[in-house]
Amino acid sequence: MKARFEILRHRRGAAESRWQRVEIELPDENATVATALAAINARPDLKDAEGAPVGHVAWDCSCLQKKCGACAMRIDGVPRLACDTRLSELGAGPVRLEPLKKFPVVEDLVVDRTAMFDNLRQLHSWLDREVRLREDQVDVAYEASRCLQCGCCLEVCPNFMPGERFAGTAALPPLARLIEELAPSKKEEVYRLYTRRVYEGCGKSLACRNICPAGIDVEKLLVNSNAIAVWKRMGKR
Amino acid sequence: MNNERINIVGAGLGGLAAAIRLAEAGRPCRLISLQPSERAQSVLAEGGINAALDLMGEGDTPEEHCADTLKGGVYLADPNAVAGLTRGAPDIVRWLAGLGVPFQMENGGMIQRSFGGQKKRRTAYARSSTGKALMTALIDAARRHEASGLIERWPHHAFAGLTVEGGVCVGLRVRDAWTGEGFALPGRVILCSGGLNGFFPERTTGTVANAGDVTATVFAQGVRLANLEFIQYHPTTIGISGKRCLISEAARGEGGRLCVRRGGELWYFMEELYPELGNLMPRDVVSREMTRVVRREDCEGQVYLDMRALPAEIWARRLSDLREECRHYLAIDPAAELIPVEPGIHFFMGGIDVDANHRASLPGLWAAGECACQYHGANRLGANSMLGAIYGGQRAADDLMAQPGLDAGEPVSLGILPPMEAPGDDAFALELRDALLGGLGMLRDAARIEAALAAVDALAARADTERCRNRLALGRAMLLAALSRRESRGAHTRTDFPERDEGFRKTTVISRRGDAIAIEYRAIPEEVEA
Ligand SMILES: Cc1cc2nc3c(=O)[nH]c(=O)nc-3n(C[C@H](O)[C@H](O)[C@H](O)COP(=O)(O)OP(=O)(O)OC[C@H]3O[C@@H](n4cnc5c(N)ncnc54)[C@H](O)[C@@H]3O)c2cc1C
Ligand code: SF4
Ligand code: SF4
Ligand code: FES
Repeated sequence: MKARFEILRHRRGAAESRWQRVEIELPDENATVATALAAINARPDLKDAEGAPVGHVAWDCSCLQKKCGACAMRIDGVPRLACDTRLSELGAGPVRLEPLKKFPVVEDLVVDRTAMFDNLRQLHSWLDREVRLREDQVDVAYEASRCLQCGCCLEVCPNFMPGERFAGTAALPPLARLIEELAPSKKEEVYRLYTRRVYEGCGKSLACRNICPAGIDVEKLLVNSNAIAVWKRMGKR
Repeated sequence: MNNERINIVGAGLGGLAAAIRLAEAGRPCRLISLQPSERAQSVLAEGGINAALDLMGEGDTPEEHCADTLKGGVYLADPNAVAGLTRGAPDIVRWLAGLGVPFQMENGGMIQRSFGGQKKRRTAYARSSTGKALMTALIDAARRHEASGLIERWPHHAFAGLTVEGGVCVGLRVRDAWTGEGFALPGRVILCSGGLNGFFPERTTGTVANAGDVTATVFAQGVRLANLEFIQYHPTTIGISGKRCLISEAARGEGGRLCVRRGGELWYFMEELYPELGNLMPRDVVSREMTRVVRREDCEGQVYLDMRALPAEIWARRLSDLREECRHYLAIDPAAELIPVEPGIHFFMGGIDVDANHRASLPGLWAAGECACQYHGANRLGANSMLGAIYGGQRAADDLMAQPGLDAGEPVSLGILPPMEAPGDDAFALELRDALLGGLGMLRDAARIEAALAAVDALAARADTERCRNRLALGRAMLLAALSRRESRGAHTRTDFPERDEGFRKTTVISRRGDAIAIEYRAIPEEVEA
């Protein structure tokens, strides 16, 4: 199949980005945006629509099976995982590839998501004591464990900006895994942080609801965590 | 006490386990990785982690776990190291549970499942995403020490080489992949940089982000490697765009059966050939039998995994992700249809040569996890690898702390360094892969391996960067190791030497001196009573 792209190119340290049109022939009918990018990078001779060399397109990837969150980018305007986006579902193209916009661009489609990880540190997202999960807690803990830290939910959120108070949905699953099991001495502090930096910032517009590529039920985790941290419902004992 | 900051390269299970161990003892470290932990291959692990906890009341013991591991590895693993691993396993799984890993529970208690090559139900698991669940818990545990400053993250930095002074590793160099700035980092080094997947792009179940550059670089710096010929082909993989996707061994552990069409009927060949363990024979045996049956005149050329008889409850509670994956990638519902499967490259038993304390051949250097050669012998048993990565990371940290440290020093900027990669690297990687696969397939012989060596040598003229030259040398080393081992054992099957030869019950030791690669054999350590 012939795949056509418009890729927002950004050189390291450059002030501006520019669109580049690239076409490539792919043998694989099931090709994804990720395999297309890999194919482009395996063709150092490839020229763009204006006849200039395409060169290496920088993008983040690792697992190629929607399990690591590395390849999140804007595809036709929507934040998605490149390895989970089949070209056949995108129409005739050209497919527009842009980096996530909420984060500083490093190069081409690679962004700096440090702020997302910093938030978790600032929110004390860790356990201070040994826990023993009960069987009825396993489902929530498992669901919460699955967050990829991809940042797609932050990209669509009208209230999130890196470095600002609201930590966004990406902070929710890691906290939801632990929040019922915090050591008594730490509970109040983390609950306060959660209330200020997660609960209060969310406008409940639910723009993030169907965007999560891991299919995490963020609403369920939110309700659960709010009940514990904001409404101080004691966990079932 | 000195306040040396230890350098850990790799932030998967091995690197995290080492970092947490050091931090718990109050020792600072740098956790260096090309990508954040969330992107490490460890998150892909599905099936589980072994430990003789005997939760299923079958009388399981660490000794039996040890015996199964040694047998599965066809007696090439160090029996003392494996005994330590299996003795340490129950505490590791209990520690993980204490970190909040949502291990599968039933009737109020944790449960375990069956995995290949083991007669007891020994595998603890978190549905179909055990690696992800373990990683999330360890990432959180490490974060606590990041906040205290004991663990310092260097999350977008590529390894650029060891700093060796007077035959001792005293630090390393890294390059910030975002800015290009290089740093010399003082302090001893633990490598946890994962397997050699990047040598086989599109053909492995793992991540090509584990390019194998760390191993290739330290090999060029004189660090010894071992057992590179042992590459595990997992029996059940499916082709998806850009890679092989694993169908976890849990599929067979929960009752999945392998079959092939013969004379219009389904033949469940593993059950007939191996009545005792059947579909759960060790992976090397299953993959080899699959390759053989599809070549038979009376069989059709495709093996299937038959999971149609599994009860709905197993699908819902234990294999939901797997079912979703088959629907998503193959448009097949495995509860109703057969899944076509093929063996695919999955794990590297060989790697950096280490002793039972995870010391590499260079003083001041340790290695653990999939980049190291330890525990798995000629063939790894399912669910032993995450265990090996965690135990190995801890063990390396313990051994390092027991030795006198180096004087502390601060990182020194080396200014902007040129990138190690060049524009043609991805194309080169595909050519190197094709050359290597000619000699490193499931069935090997001298002629094929020699042809592969010639193909690799033909690429030499085009290897115009140091990175490519180092990769080429490592590729050659894999082929030479495969050529030298004139026997069949575990994952290494030579059609020209089909028998196991006890003379080869030795570790293949591989060293590079300049352009020359030397292959030697070392006796397996004698078993000592604990
Ligand atoms: C699909 C799949 C399923 C699996 N299922 C199981 C299972 O059920 N049970 C089991 O026990 N095992 C399983 N395994 C194997 C197991 O997951 C791995 O062997 C194990 O997780 C390896 O951990 P590690 O810490 O050694 O390396 P990894 O998790 O691979 O981490 C490597 C680290 O090194 C870093 N790195 C690599 N190169 C560089 C560089 N040049 N510079 C800087 N940093 C670098 C990476 O960024 C990463 O942080 C599975 C593997 C796969 C692929
Ligand atoms: S519900 Fe709206 S405001 Fe809240 S996190 Fe989601 S997108 Fe942001
Ligand atoms: S909640 Fe979903 S979208 Fe948000 S970071 Fe986690 S995996 Fe990504
Ligand atoms: S590469 Fe891992 S999610 Fe796409």
